[in-house]
Amino acid sequence: MIHSLFLINSSGDIFLEKHWKSVVSRSVCDYFFEAQERATEAENVPPVIPTPHHYLLSVYRHKIFFVAVIQTEVPPLFVIEFLHRVVDTFQDYFGVCSEPVIKDNVVVVYEVLEEMLDNGFPLATESNILKELIKPPTILRTVVNTITGSTNVGDQLPTGQLSVVPWRRTGVKYTNNEAYFDVIEEIDAIIDKSGSTITAEIQGVIDACVKLTGMPDLTLSFMNPRLLDDVSFHPCVRFKRWESERILSFIPPDGNFRLLSYHVSAQNLVAIPVYVKHSISFRDSSSLGRFEITVGPKQTMGKTIEGVIVTSQMPKGVLNMSLTPSQGTHTFDPVTKMLSWDVGKINPQKLPSLKGTMSLQAGASKPDENPTINLQFKIQQLAISGLKVNRLDMYGEKYKPFKGIKYMTKAGKFQVRT
Amino acid sequence: MLESNKDSAKLDAMKRIVGMIAKGKNASELFPAVVKNVASKNIEIKKLVYVYLVRYAEEQQDLALLSISTFQRALKDPNQLIRASALRVLSSIRVPIIVPIMMLAIKEASADLSPYVRKNAAHAIQKLYSLDPEQKEMLIEVIEKLLKDKSTLVAGSVVMAFEEVCPDRIDLIHKNYRKLCNLLVDVEEWGQVVIIHMLTRYARTQFVSPWKEDDGLEDNEKNFYESDDEQKEKTDHKKKPYTMDPDHRLLIRNTKPLLQSRNAAVVMAVAQLYWHISPKSEVGIISKSLVRLLRSNREVQYIVLQNIATMSIQRKGMFEPYLKSFYVRSTDPTMIKTLKLEILTNLANEANISTLLREFQTYVKSQDKQFAAATIQTIGRCATNISEVTDTCLNGLVCLLSNRDEIVVAESVVVIKKLLQMQPVQHGEIIKHMAKLLDSITVPVARASILWLIGENCERVPKIAPDVLRKMAKSFTSEDDLVKLQILNLGAKLYLTNSKQTKLLTQYILNLGKYDQNYDIRDRTRFIRQLIVPNEKSGALSKYAKKIFLAQKPAPLLESPFKDRDHFQLGTLSHTLNTKATGYLELSNWPEVAPDPSVRNVEVIELAKEWTPAGKAKKENSAKKFYSESEEEEDSSDSSSDSESESESASGEQEEEGDSSEDSSEDTSSEHRSDSESASEVGDKRTAKKNSKSKGKSYSEDGEKENEKSKTSDSSSTDSSSEEESSSDSESVSESESEPESRKVAKENEKKKTKQDRNPLTKDVSLLDLDDFNPVSTPVALPTPALSPSLIADLEGLNLSTCSSVISVSTPVFVPVKTHVLLHRMSGRGLAAHYFFPRQPCIFGDKMVSVQITLNNTTDQKIENIHIGEKKLPMGMQMHVFNPIESLEPEGSITVSMGIDFCDSTQTASFQLCTKDDCFSVNIQPPVGELLLPVAMSEKDFKKEQGMLTGMNETSTVIIAAPQNFTPSVILQKVVNVANVGVVPSGQDNIHRFAAKTVHSGSLMLVTVELKEGSTAQLIINTERTVIGSVLLRELKPVLSQG
Repeated sequence: MIHSLFLINSSGDIFLEKHWKSVVSRSVCDYFFEAQERATEAENVPPVIPTPHHYLLSVYRHKIFFVAVIQTEVPPLFVIEFLHRVVDTFQDYFGVCSEPVIKDNVVVVYEVLEEMLDNGFPLATESNILKELIKPPTILRTVVNTITGSTNVGDQLPTGQLSVVPWRRTGVKYTNNEAYFDVIEEIDAIIDKSGSTITAEIQGVIDACVKLTGMPDLTLSFMNPRLLDDVSFHPCVRFKRWESERILSFIPPDGNFRLLSYHVSAQNLVAIPVYVKHSISFRDSSSLGRFEITVGPKQTMGKTIEGVIVTSQMPKGVLNMSLTPSQGTHTFDPVTKMLSWDVGKINPQKLPSLKGTMSLQAGASKPDENPTINLQFKIQQLAISGLKVNRLDMYGEKYKPFKGIKYMTKAGKFQVRT
Repeated sequence: MLESNKDSAKLDAMKRIVGMIAKGKNASELFPAVVKNVASKNIEIKKLVYVYLVRYAEEQQDLALLSISTFQRALKDPNQLIRASALRVLSSIRVPIIVPIMMLAIKEASADLSPYVRKNAAHAIQKLYSLDPEQKEMLIEVIEKLLKDKSTLVAGSVVMAFEEVCPDRIDLIHKNYRKLCNLLVDVEEWGQVVIIHMLTRYARTQFVSPWKEDDGLEDNEKNFYESDDEQKEKTDHKKKPYTMDPDHRLLIRNTKPLLQSRNAAVVMAVAQLYWHISPKSEVGIISKSLVRLLRSNREVQYIVLQNIATMSIQRKGMFEPYLKSFYVRSTDPTMIKTLKLEILTNLANEANISTLLREFQTYVKSQDKQFAAATIQTIGRCATNISEVTDTCLNGLVCLLSNRDEIVVAESVVVIKKLLQMQPVQHGEIIKHMAKLLDSITVPVARASILWLIGENCERVPKIAPDVLRKMAKSFTSEDDLVKLQILNLGAKLYLTNSKQTKLLTQYILNLGKYDQNYDIRDRTRFIRQLIVPNEKSGALSKYAKKIFLAQKPAPLLESPFKDRDHFQLGTLSHTLNTKATGYLELSNWPEVAPDPSVRNVEVIELAKEWTPAGKAKKENSAKKFYSESEEEEDSSDSSSDSESESESASGEQEEEGDSSEDSSEDTSSEHRSDSESASEVGDKRTAKKNSKSKGKSYSEDGEKENEKSKTSDSSSTDSSSEEESSSDSESVSESESEPESRKVAKENEKKKTKQDRNPLTKDVSLLDLDDFNPVSTPVALPTPALSPSLIADLEGLNLSTCSSVISVSTPVFVPVKTHVLLHRMSGRGLAAHYFFPRQPCIFGDKMVSVQITLNNTTDQKIENIHIGEKKLPMGMQMHVFNPIESLEPEGSITVSMGIDFCDSTQTASFQLCTKDDCFSVNIQPPVGELLLPVAMSEKDFKKEQGMLTGMNETSTVIIAAPQNFTPSVILQKVVNVANVGVVPSGQDNIHRFAAKTVHSGSLMLVTVELKEGSTAQLIINTERTVIGSVLLRELKPVLSQG
């Protein structure tokens, strides 16, 4: 399956390579560089590139290309999904996944990769198990290791690998038993010029942080499970229980994990919590354009909207912008033509606005499309779909855990066309 | 530093070396120094040395050999992690000399106790195969063995190995098909992907197409694109009632939950499975999941969108509800945008086209010009596909002609040209408009298109055309080659239609073309000149010049670039690239006639479950199977039954005997595996010495079984006694393969077994076992007729042979119709009641005998509220009453069933049958024969059991009767008439054996009729319940001796 893996940074240097079968020369990456050049933007590099003898499947994350070399037919999603899993693991191990971090921890990276893949076939991808095999580096451990000469490598086979609950290790112990669940919903929407919604959907996830002793068996039930249109589960969730009773029943992995992601379909009406008033105009003759946007709350169910950030990719013709915000700060990058305005909280009494002029390239014709506005925001303590967790019960253990549930609504891909 | 004594220094050195490897620097000259450390005690050093070795061993083969002995030692390490990693590294060292060593190691590891090691063995198979393909045959053997492995850990890896080494050996899958289907949910996600892909191919070769049944449905869906393949398929298959193979259904059903997986690859794999093998009407469910994947990373989106594009061509309906999910966002990368556009086009129909066109209008204005151009093409395609909007589209496109962006205009021109070509309607205005554009447009393709269009329609725009030609003649030299060619064409066409005005112009152009730098143009010039300018030499051709140039040209077809992709399996690399990737395996067409489905009949249970429509047991099972610790028991009990039936059916086929005994033992997990295996594998490839050693071990371990029960092995610490049971089961199976040296073990087992037999119902596990074995004997309520007679026979046959140890209830051989009077109509004042024993396991309780009561109303009035009143039952006896009957019409009759636990005694159950007005005391006294449930077992087991029920437990008598009464059929008929017993197949003609168990306690009741010389026979009954035994004997005797 996966022959080799190359890590390539944005400047086109291969800074790590790993081979699982016989060595593939790094010259194979030349094909990749070629494609990269053609694509001009990193985002546009095709994920699958055929070369005469190999196929290059790549993933672009954190400004690093992860290029897997394969030789024979294989489901491409298999490889891509695995590469993403690799990145996730790195992130889990080192906190961030960036070139310097990987270079610093090259040995751990190598050990982890060795465990994750055998002969190109995934071996252990559960981060729980990997962490038992190879302990993630922490400052404390580095110090201890240098003094005592002990190692990062676990010397025992993680029991999870063999047990029926492969995602949970045995013998977990905590003094404070806690289980936190975050219900996070993201609104994906396209709003057209006049402010009407073209498409809106809600994508939600339930992220959990479970620190419980022993082998707890949890059930989580919702007040209104019918809302969930399409769900995908962590492997720990018992599917049949969900099918029959709409209850999430599971033995949780230890630590942080994503329990569930769901989809509330476009068919349901989605409440859009913000609106954007905009007037952007370019004039044909003059080299100045007017720019004004106002953001305001709408259907927020009494909650405040926080963390509002407005970004917009201005047309190429825009040279500079002189704007004054009524609150927050704004920046405009004349090279990438990216305008970003960090609004912060929206105060319904005094709506934040950004006004000013744009200076256009002299002589250039007026751009025929106004820029789209991308919006980010957060609303605490609200799940916009109305989903509510009814109760959480624990079986199998005697102690009483501390339980907590948090709701949050965020903007996903929220676009306003102007 | 590597020479240093200190581990920390060595570690530091190794870390640096690994760093070098990672950067791609050559570190091979350090090989000798590194190899020395392979035996290091420090695990981290060891690991890093492994990393190094794997990287460089190929280059330094001789030196690498030095390390081999270390691995060989490590392969025997008690720690499974070390064994596994040793095997991994050993197999990763690509040195041809060690192939035999690797082979040996793989073989050994494939029989390892730890599933983790076995998993690694499966990986090693692929490595060895790529190193030395000549080992193929041997490796296939190992694969075959590992395929039978029950561990979910191993399944994925071994199927991967199978795909790599011998994907064509589909016959290896047959026996494991159902197991794989059932395990699928529990396999790790990567394994799932591989298994699903393999099973898709398998299904395409083994089942007939489920597609023809819903042809009608499909027709509606293919409006614009008719998919040739399916068309063909349709005509190929004759219409006949189609029933889906239950195995086919099993696969489809078991993969469904995986659509909910978090792993995109798994979801895609299931989607393609549904697409390729499920009935058309069921494919719909995948769309939701696929749309969900679109939220994921860009790369995943890319692949998924490609697949959706292909699907949406053939079946628009599937994704239509999700139309809006494919709307483009300005932040999407271009490739995603184009793919979404593609899908939107495919989904366009009369209903949604207006919304789509509005959406497209936004796209056209996009800053991403490449995308805008693609949108225009899309509009063109929509226009051709949906005739209602062609004019709207055309108008829109014409508007775009005044766009400021050149690329947009050019693209519009090209699309308009195509559209106009398709529509021979008058569009003079548009052409005129475009002619004007010639002044401003500079993109060659667009200019060429306009020129072509004018040339083609020169008769419709007689005034403009010569003018255009004049302009072009002026700028001819500075035009692009593409444009020049079109100018020549235009000239030629005009010359033919309007030679008066354009003769000179054309000649001028032809002259220019004659000396052009491009040979194509010179060529064309020469050709045109010869053709159109009449001269002496020009032959007959010039007469037809007009016909040649102004022939009706067929319109180009605007179609999706994904049109031709459907012959690749979805979700494959080949599909993504639209070329055949190395190692791509074609998905075969459905077979005309399904190959023999019986090849998969290893686990009869599954088949039978398939047939019971309610599938109650099945549901429960799979529900539980979806992991959780408490269910491990269940699983193992399952596996035990599996293994049994597997080996049993194999024992029918002589040649597989060895094999099956092997796998039956292998199936049971943990320690016992090796024991039973070594016991059964006498004379195997292993060395005699080792064998005897492990055999000895197995004995001792068996002796210690009781102890072990409490301190089970670490890997299966959670197992309870069910584990024991399953292991003992399989052992006794291998036993019955008649291996004298393991008699002792058999004895052991037997004891345990009978212990279980005595009260098999007290344990949940064994209960489940019974259930598993006997879907046929499920309550009457389930319509068993779904089983074809032959199947029943099949099942029965199998059941009879499977019952090596677990007593499994079989169907009653015979159900007597004899009814007993419960209440006479005279004494019941018109209410009559009869009862009889349907000989079915009671649905109300396991220990109850089911009784059916038929109530008749012989009066001419309604009898109301019939119910059971006071019960006078002897100690311990229980009764499950029927629900009160509200009313019984005159002359009406009703049959109700109830259950009575007679506690294995023939005591009478007295109770009151009450109506609204009266109460009648009635009682039921069961004939002893009805207190039994038939049991299926083999002759061998029968004898074994009989051997243990001697002495006190045996009663016998001699029967004297006429010889004609001793024909087998008569005996059989008589015996089963009296008692509800199961027939045990007998090897001897003169001995007839019947087996049953008592309903309440589950004790065995073994009946033997041995024909003696003359007209005598001996009737022997062995049972623990001596009282019942003797009663039965008394009842049987007169019946048998009667004429």
